[in-house]
Order: sequence, then C-alpha cells, then structure tokens
Amino acid sequence: MSLRQVSQKLVMVAAGLFLALPLYAGDVPSPVLPKAKAKANEEFGCVEPVTEMRKNHMKFILHQRDDTMRQGIRTSKYSLAECINCHVVPNENGSYARYGDDNHFCSTCHTYAAVNIDCFGCHRDTPEAATPGKALTGKSSPHPNDVVFNQHSSLAQETDKPLPAGGAE
Amino acid sequence: MANNDTLINQARRSFFGKVAAATGMAVAPGVVLYQVAQAKPAAMAVTDKVRWGILINTTKCADGCDACVTACENEYGWGPESEPHSAPNQRAQWIRKVKLTDKATGHVQTLPLMCQHCEIPPCVDVCPTGASMKRVDGIVLVDKHICIGCRYCMMACPYKARSFVHEDLTDQNVNAPRGKGTVESCTLCVQRVDNGGTPACVEACNAENHNAMFFGDLNDPESDISRELAKNGGEEIRADLGLNTGVRYQGL
Repeated sequence: MSLRQVSQKLVMVAAGLFLALPLYAGDVPSPVLPKAKAKANEEFGCVEPVTEMRKNHMKFILHQRDDTMRQGIRTSKYSLAECINCHVVPNENGSYARYGDDNHFCSTCHTYAAVNIDCFGCHRDTPEAATPGKALTGKSSPHPNDVVFNQHSSLAQETDKPLPAGGAE
Repeated sequence: MANNDTLINQARRSFFGKVAAATGMAVAPGVVLYQVAQAKPAAMAVTDKVRWGILINTTKCADGCDACVTACENEYGWGPESEPHSAPNQRAQWIRKVKLTDKATGHVQTLPLMCQHCEIPPCVDVCPTGASMKRVDGIVLVDKHICIGCRYCMMACPYKARSFVHEDLTDQNVNAPRGKGTVESCTLCVQRVDNGGTPACVEACNAENHNAMFFGDLNDPESDISRELAKNGGEEIRADLGLNTGVRYQGL
C-alpha cells in the first residue's frame, strides 16, 4: 500500500467517524426549554436575538455583574435577576424548579452541554416573588441534598444520629 | 503610599468642593445645583462627589432595642435561620449591638457596630484578589464573584465587621446574593442607596422613634448628617488608626 492509499484510507475512516458522531449525539434528547413569562422585546422575544443569547448570554451577565458591583449601574436589561424572573416559571402545582433539576431553565441546556456554573451558590435560582422575604424553613432548607447523601452513605447513616435537645453543635 | 494617595485625594476633594461651591453660587442666588441629592438614574455610575456615611447618637440608642439588627437580618437573610448548623459566634453577622459599661461609674451605653466604611479600609489593603473593594462613593464591599474566602480581611478589620459564610444557602434575597465560602459584611444597603433610599437600620431606628441614626452625604455640607456633624461633632471608633471612617458616633 502506498503512502497515498494509506492517507486516503485514514481520511475515509476519519470522515466515517465524523459522520457517525451525530448518531451518538442522538441518544441524548435535545433540551426542552421552559417558555418565558413575557416578551422583553416584541421583535425577537428576549433582550437580544435568541441566537445571540444562546451564544453570548454569559458575556452579557458577566459584563453587567461588574458594572453593578463596581459602579452601581443597576439597569435590568442584562441582570441575572431579570433572567430568572422571566424564564424560571412555576410548574402545574405552582412550585418552582431548582437549579440542578432537569426542568429549571438554566439547567436544561447546562446539563445537555455539561456546563458547570456557580452563579446559584449565592444568587437565588427562583423569581423574587417565589418566596417573599427570607424563607429558609421546610423544603427550602439550606441542605436540600442531605437526604440523598444520607441514604447512600453508610458512614452518614452511622453518624447521622439525632442531636440531643439543645445541642446545637 | 496609601497615605500619600489619600493626602492628594483629600486636597483634590477640598479643591473641587470650593470650585463647586463657587460655581453653585454663580448660577443664581438661591438656586443650588443638586447633582447628587436625588436618586441617580439606574444606568449612571456612582461618583466620588458623594461620600455616604452614618452618624449614630449613642445617647439616643436605647439599651435592649435591636431594631437595626433585626431590620438588617430581615433585609438580607443572615441569622440563625440561614446557618442553622453553625455555632452562634460563627454565623454571619452584619451588624451587632455593643454595650459599654463604665466600671467606675456604672454608666451604660449601647451602640450598633457594623462595617465603618473607612476611607482607607484595611480590608481592601490586604485582599489578595481585589474582591474587597471600596466604591468611589465610599461604600466598602466584597465582590463575592472573585472572593476566594481566605478571610484576610476579617483579620485586618479592627471592627470585627466581616463574616464568613459556612453553609450552603438557598432562597437568598434578590438584593443580597450570599453563599458559602465567601466573606460578607454591611453593604450600607448599597442597592437602596443607589435607588435614592436609606439603609434599613437607619429606617428601623427612625421607625422606633429613637432617631439615633442619620444617613447622608458627608461631602455635602447641606446634608442633615453634615450639619449635625458640624454642629455637634462625631467621633470615629479607633480614630488612632487614621482610617477616616464613614460611620461616626456621638456621645461616646
């Protein structure tokens, strides 16, 4: 086999792999985005055209973040709070998906694209109106994942003894 | 170097102040140019023409009243409910009531203590990432986006004003993003101030009719706080450190 033949074969194999890729990708369903509450712009829906938002939403938010934090510029156009207010909508029983749930607006694509963000370590992942004021009781406990952890870890089960009354530490 | 910068800035500031006063008078008698007294438009950046401050009259601050602390807790969601697994002295605390008892006379004073919004903030000096910062209008903040939680600023602060968040939080107030692994402190209610409002503690103190706290622009000689300071004075806590705090106290 000449060098030329080898290289031709290699190209064909590469092309075959490339063509096969979409078949594998087809195993993962495309994200289904929850519908936004309102239209920010009559012409193209969101604050920028959808294609632009898909590609560059993180840049808009990042820019706004520094402007607000450092200079006190508090316009709502690119603010994360407004994204959440408009895009995170309640489900049929009136409750809101959390970031990390499959049906949370941000999670839908971030899960699909394997993107990790830490916005919601500090920012709330539901609209302002979802829980007025501070509401850190019941279901919105600061450790929503504890239950899952406790179930699967024998260590956790061993050490997960109820505290004596009054023993806050 | 920091001191040199400060001296220059103070010189500039007083110069511009005089110029502004002169031009203000030249416009028309009785007409004063208010550039900063009203709420700024949302798209406008803050300016160094103002310097926000609080004046606290400790003689009016009632022993046993913690309205300012409760108001701050409600506004920003810190407190026992937000960090239930932490020890009380470990939890975030943005503002606290301090009680001073003179051992010789038994005289008791109480005062609220929070971030003093220094002109030369030690927390900003020591921050390795630039997260601890002072806005041009004098408000000292933590940019939690770049805070790495090293807590140098907590060590540097002479007022013990900063706290570290130890637990995962959810459902934060939309105006108070706070989360595990970052340092936080009094923000002088920056989002209220930017919208022309007053800090929650000052509002609560007035609502209780104690009227022990004044909020205003220290650079504007016509503001309530400046008039009161000019008339009756106001001390800094640890004035020996030369930090030129934005929070001043009377009756100490």
